[in-house]
Amino acid sequence: MKSEDVLEPQLEALDEDLLTIHDTVNQEYKYGFVTQIEADSAPKGLTEDTIRFISAKKNEPEWMLEWRLKAFGHWQKMEEPHWANLHYPKIDYQDIIYYSAPKQKPKVNSLDEIDPELRKTFEKLGISLEEQKRLSGVAVDAVIDSVSIATTFKEQLGELGIIFCSMSEAVKNHPDLVKQYLSSVVPITDNYFAALNAAVFSDGSFVYIPKGVRCPMELSTYFRINAENTGQFERTLIIADEGAYVSYLEGCTAPMRDENQLHAAVVELIALDNAEIKYSTVQNWYPGDKEGNGGIYNFVTKRGICRGVNSKISWTQVETGSAITWKYPSVILKGDNSTGEFYSVAVTNNHQQADTGTKMLHLGKNTRSRIVSKGISAGFSNNSYRGLVHVGKNATNARNFSQCDSLLLGDKCGAHTFPYIEVKNNTAVVEHEATTSKIGEDQIFYCNQRGISTETAVALIINGFAKEVMNKLPMEFAIEAQKLLAISLEGSVG
Amino acid sequence: MLSINNLHARIEEKEILKGINLDIKAGEVHAIMGPNGSGKSTLASVLAGRPEYEVTGGSVEFLEKDLLELSPEERAGEGIFLAFQYPVEIPGLTTTNFIKTAVNEVRKYRGQAPYDAVQFLKLMREKMAMVEINQSLLSRSLNEGFSGGEKKRNEIFQMAMLEPKLAILDETDSGLDIDAIRIVANGVNKLRNKDNAVLLVTHYQRLLDYIVPDFVHVLYNGRIVKSGTKELAFELEEKGYDFIKNEVAQEA
Repeated sequence: MKSEDVLEPQLEALDEDLLTIHDTVNQEYKYGFVTQIEADSAPKGLTEDTIRFISAKKNEPEWMLEWRLKAFGHWQKMEEPHWANLHYPKIDYQDIIYYSAPKQKPKVNSLDEIDPELRKTFEKLGISLEEQKRLSGVAVDAVIDSVSIATTFKEQLGELGIIFCSMSEAVKNHPDLVKQYLSSVVPITDNYFAALNAAVFSDGSFVYIPKGVRCPMELSTYFRINAENTGQFERTLIIADEGAYVSYLEGCTAPMRDENQLHAAVVELIALDNAEIKYSTVQNWYPGDKEGNGGIYNFVTKRGICRGVNSKISWTQVETGSAITWKYPSVILKGDNSTGEFYSVAVTNNHQQADTGTKMLHLGKNTRSRIVSKGISAGFSNNSYRGLVHVGKNATNARNFSQCDSLLLGDKCGAHTFPYIEVKNNTAVVEHEATTSKIGEDQIFYCNQRGISTETAVALIINGFAKEVMNKLPMEFAIEAQKLLAISLEGSVG
Repeated sequence: MLSINNLHARIEEKEILKGINLDIKAGEVHAIMGPNGSGKSTLASVLAGRPEYEVTGGSVEFLEKDLLELSPEERAGEGIFLAFQYPVEIPGLTTTNFIKTAVNEVRKYRGQAPYDAVQFLKLMREKMAMVEINQSLLSRSLNEGFSGGEKKRNEIFQMAMLEPKLAILDETDSGLDIDAIRIVANGVNKLRNKDNAVLLVTHYQRLLDYIVPDFVHVLYNGRIVKSGTKELAFELEEKGYDFIKNEVAQEA
């Protein structure tokens, strides 16, 4: 029967959705614990010596140290940008610890050798490092504070020629690839936070998918800030060679602390001819408490280049954490017929501020881009979309579609949209749509009248609002992300 | 089942219900009629617990409980259902998902185990046939882009799914053509039984050709000024509401 075909899968997905909504409403930030573990840290502050210290700790080759010092030189001449719609006290860059690593044996040969405390930490976060227990087939790289702790499924991936390891290992074992691609998309001079990252970055993930290989599992990195007064500066580099495909996920959490902590990451993606990279983020850094104390300052530069013809890069992000978010995952559409996508849900509650969006730079012919941004603001928060669509003079037949929707909960929060459009080729078609809506008392009452509590009604409404983006997430993440939306907005209506 | 006693209610500073008395027993269908602005929809909203309305006096007992003490979702759990005059839209939330949440929340309130997908699907099929609703409608976002008739049919479908004790239909016929009214009314008639009751709020007599009431009440200026059987509805249709207004004026 036809109706069965349509309804049943829909209902199955539904059961899980509802379960998670019920389980998670009324929860607060549950990742706020601190692991008591001895750490090996650099002294506070940032000088050339700090950079030499980091580089030495990581036994880096000379070229890497020089690259860092060059970045540091640029950074010293730069000024912190203040054009975003964000307000925060001045950051004292000399009051931050730039390197912190859990003390453990210098080299871990197998997962069994990981410090049990660390293993417990990741278990508490719902991340299993035990390969045999991973049913869903996600390979994980776990990064705590400044270093990568473990990467799973390495051998299986190795058989296909896929490299999935920490950046530190890549610098040692794959220097040619690193030299060729590192800072090829985000130059060390790109912006203040990118330069800072290049100078002090401690670890991150490295992925290389060889020609014609479809990576058979989701690759994922889990970032965790643990130590106090520490900044986290990770750097991720993903290269999909000709005809390759990879789907990559990243997740992040941090303990609850009263002071702000700085996170300045850089992610670079490179897609060669006919390659595709799908990059998904669920960002849940500690957002600060209800009064706006503490929380992570999240200044991130993410950029991909569709270098080859017919290549595709797709960013999907669910941003619920951080006190401050400054982040614009972008795509340079250089190859002809290449495609860039940006799907975003950004939630701000209490005193959180987010200024996030994307840049789509159309350089090649017949390039396409699609932007879907959903901002949800509650409490006293401020949520801004900032996006640039640029069509270069040689980008014949470029197409862009942008949609920016904002949903407001309450009347003390703000939603802002800053779209920038630059078109230098008259064959381009650029469309922009924007809407702002409020969760209406009518909608809540309608749900109440059907027996649905206000908390569940809000969860249903926001999940409906964000659905188009949530559908882009891999299954394992979609459920986690739905839970996060419900938790982040807990107590914001009613 | 329902006993309304000297009920007063206002919205902002304006008093709208000025002493309503009404008793509804299981198995009965009551129709509330009256001119625009007489307080018909207010009565429906107050019974469902709409927060904009403030009850300033009187009492409402429903199945031996003080209805006014209960939240809107508790009232739904107890078996009150309101078919809205203007059903809201919720983009991105499928109608099926919404109804399943509602059904299971109500079951939870009643201490029953939630339906799993298979049980729910079975119930849905049965009720879909009963109210002649197209299943493609149920896969769409709740009421989004629905025609007036589709929205009302969706209300009746939800009523069928939730199996209320007391169904309040707030101007369910407004804006519908005669075919749509007939389908909606057929649905309501099929759902009637000796254990439940229906309160129809309507401006026109025509709905009562299809759902035949046991009692008709005329609401005017916040009070029930006249009660009778279905014959009263014909009288109103014939003479218009002015005759009620005149009667009231004479009594005063």
